[in-house]
Amino acid sequence: MIAELGHFALILALLLALLQSSVPLIGAARRNYAWMTLGRSTAVAQFVLVAAAFAALIHAYVTSDFSVQNVFENSHSDKPLLYKITGVWGNHEGSMMLWVFILSLFGAAVAWFGDNLPPALSARVLAVQGMIGTGFLGFILLTSDPFHRLVPAPLDGRGLNPVLQDPGLAFHPPFLYLGYVGFSVAFSFAVAALIEGRVDAAWARWVRPWTLAAWCALTIGIAMGSWWAYYTLGWGGWWFWDPVENASFMPWLVGTALLHSAIVVEKRDALKSWTILLAILTFSLSLVGTFLVRSGVLTSVHAFAVDPRRGLYILLLLLVAIGGSLSLYAWRAPALKAGGLFAPISREGALVLNNLLLTVAAAAIFWGTLYPLFSDQLGGPKLTVGAPFFDIVFRWLLAPLLVAVAVGPLLAWKRGDLLAALQRLWAALAAAVVVGLVGLYIAGGGPILAVLTLALAGWMALGALSEWAERVRLFRASLAESGRRARHLPRAQYGMTLAHLGLAVTLAGIAASAWQDERIEIMNPGDDVPIAGYTLHLNSVDKVQGPNFTAERADVTVRKGDSVVAEMHPEKRFFPLQQMSTGVTAIKTNLLADLYLALGDSDGKGGWTVRAWWKPLVPWIWIGAVMMALGGVVSLSDRRLRLGVAARARVPRGARAAE
Amino acid sequence: MRRALYLLPVLLVAALFVFFRMALRADYDPHAVPSPLIDQPMPAFDLAGTDKRLSGDTLKGEVALVNFFASWCVPCRVEHPLLMRLAEEQHVPIYGIALKDKPQDTERYVAQMGNPYRRIGLDENGHVGIDFGITGVPETFVIDKSGHIRRHYGAPLTAEELRNDLEPLLRELARS
Repeated sequence: MIAELGHFALILALLLALLQSSVPLIGAARRNYAWMTLGRSTAVAQFVLVAAAFAALIHAYVTSDFSVQNVFENSHSDKPLLYKITGVWGNHEGSMMLWVFILSLFGAAVAWFGDNLPPALSARVLAVQGMIGTGFLGFILLTSDPFHRLVPAPLDGRGLNPVLQDPGLAFHPPFLYLGYVGFSVAFSFAVAALIEGRVDAAWARWVRPWTLAAWCALTIGIAMGSWWAYYTLGWGGWWFWDPVENASFMPWLVGTALLHSAIVVEKRDALKSWTILLAILTFSLSLVGTFLVRSGVLTSVHAFAVDPRRGLYILLLLLVAIGGSLSLYAWRAPALKAGGLFAPISREGALVLNNLLLTVAAAAIFWGTLYPLFSDQLGGPKLTVGAPFFDIVFRWLLAPLLVAVAVGPLLAWKRGDLLAALQRLWAALAAAVVVGLVGLYIAGGGPILAVLTLALAGWMALGALSEWAERVRLFRASLAESGRRARHLPRAQYGMTLAHLGLAVTLAGIAASAWQDERIEIMNPGDDVPIAGYTLHLNSVDKVQGPNFTAERADVTVRKGDSVVAEMHPEKRFFPLQQMSTGVTAIKTNLLADLYLALGDSDGKGGWTVRAWWKPLVPWIWIGAVMMALGGVVSLSDRRLRLGVAARARVPRGARAAE
Repeated sequence: MRRALYLLPVLLVAALFVFFRMALRADYDPHAVPSPLIDQPMPAFDLAGTDKRLSGDTLKGEVALVNFFASWCVPCRVEHPLLMRLAEEQHVPIYGIALKDKPQDTERYVAQMGNPYRRIGLDENGHVGIDFGITGVPETFVIDKSGHIRRHYGAPLTAEELRNDLEPLLRELARS
């Protein structure tokens, strides 16, 4: 019964979405206020309906209602409650439900927080959101109904893929989707601006917080995914250039470019049509990512069940969304008035460089990911593009960007003085040299590229701090004066400093992996293995019974000298239902380095393969990502966005455009 | 001219869609082998190996698997336990060809994961991969006693494929 109610709520939501995508648009064209405001009420109602449908599906999972086909195929009564819930989005139908749930959440949020928007803009933005909603609700109802019933109902389910039964992966999709789908708001704003034919500073100020929020969520989502891969796959890697990873990384790169170019629109009224294009492309790449994962066009370990009919529907959806918005762009963007001029060496210039490198990097990944497809269709030589291609491309594209990150914020708007900016960065340059030398000393050599990368991280970190020191006139004014300045710096400023520092921290984590130490040994209980100054002692390997798996669990004592540092328990789990094994690694971290243990196979003579790594600075990769996301959150909490928004609402529309 | 520039994104996307549409043909399998290779003699090759050289002659007279893999390839790691099982429990001869991989990375990979391969050939520039018509790694070929390709798996092997297809095929080929 509840499942049928969920299905019904979805149908109603689709009808509302149709209404939302047409009526406000017509209202905006005819200046009919009542029609325009319909967008806001339908957006909220749509959210309530989709939330109800989503809740109905979760209910079916929690109560293990196996008469629902989706529950039967992806759940099992023995599964822990947490994974019954997270299992909802561990499959194609459920993840699409999560997708539209987040989409409707964003739509409702635009309606709630959007009182200060001019009514016509608000109506058009919500209409475009409604169109996206129509497309995806239609997709679910026509090709991926999650509420389909089975008669007679099976006794028990088939269970969730054991690989997905992990807290890291359970919460990875919601964050990823918050990012992907969050970019839909920027997309809707861009399309609305094209319809309206007007892009100004106020527009950029409205778009930026939405983009920033989506970007923060995507950053966390990608970081969680890579962290999950790191601690479950059991071989110490954390990024593989898999098509699905690339699909999430491309919108991140272009979204990062969008964040930066929107600043230029906001402050200098320049780069307008470029920013619109980026907003369209960011969301388009999120959509293409969805298509690639679900259509079976490219193979990947993460791919969902393949169904050409679904692929065709998504392809049509992409055609309408991307083709339509870009056609609109080709038609309307040339009419956008160009804004302020600037010299190549200026803050704007630096941000253009940032945009250029980020989009080219995204294009290179796009090319690399789809190359097998192009080549195959053209009957050309069948070549593979793997990690080696991406590593090379990335190194050469991102190095100049990372050098520029420290310099850009020190340049003035319009026309900057590169020499003066570089002079203010002498401390950062010194830090880079010191970090490089220290890295060389500690490691006693090592690959030159890793040393250079580490130095680059030092340069970026000190560069970000110098910029802050410059703003508060640290050591040049009295301490009290600096303190006063520091308190009055806008939070957006701190957000930027924090995010750039985070990037430096991540980079240092990546660079330091060149110095890892690894041991792969067959150990019998009682054996010792030394690694990086620690001694691993295998006490025993025991059989353990879990709720829906059996495990072999190693008991390892880690000593440094004579003192016991840690007890570690790497596991190998076997899920009898699916006949699958997964590994559970044991990681002991002190935030400067990880000691990483994975249990391999038994040699049948009482010995076990134990893989041990000592990985310096590897936690920094994720700490840096969290810092970047936090920087975004700090920037979102800026006074200008919190208070300024409400204050501006009272300013008449004409006055605002002149800002 | 300026207007043409604004048209560029939509034109590029239009071209992209043509490719996507072509790839969505119902019979399209991204890793399907060009059918002419099935039942044909396997392409000749002679590769330096991690240990001994690997060439077509190495496989003479036995039913064997040729598995293309690389240390940088994640699906290979997913497939790997199945290969280990085939090699250890069923004693199926498996010959590995490491595609576009540094020899030391390949060696480290099998040291870490276990080595299911009788020999490993190093195809550093990917030319043998092209001769076999592979589009990615991992891909697996079943070679019969006379050196003909009998089956091609263009994606990571699954436990089901192993049970329902590969193992019966190996038994049949061994009898003939």
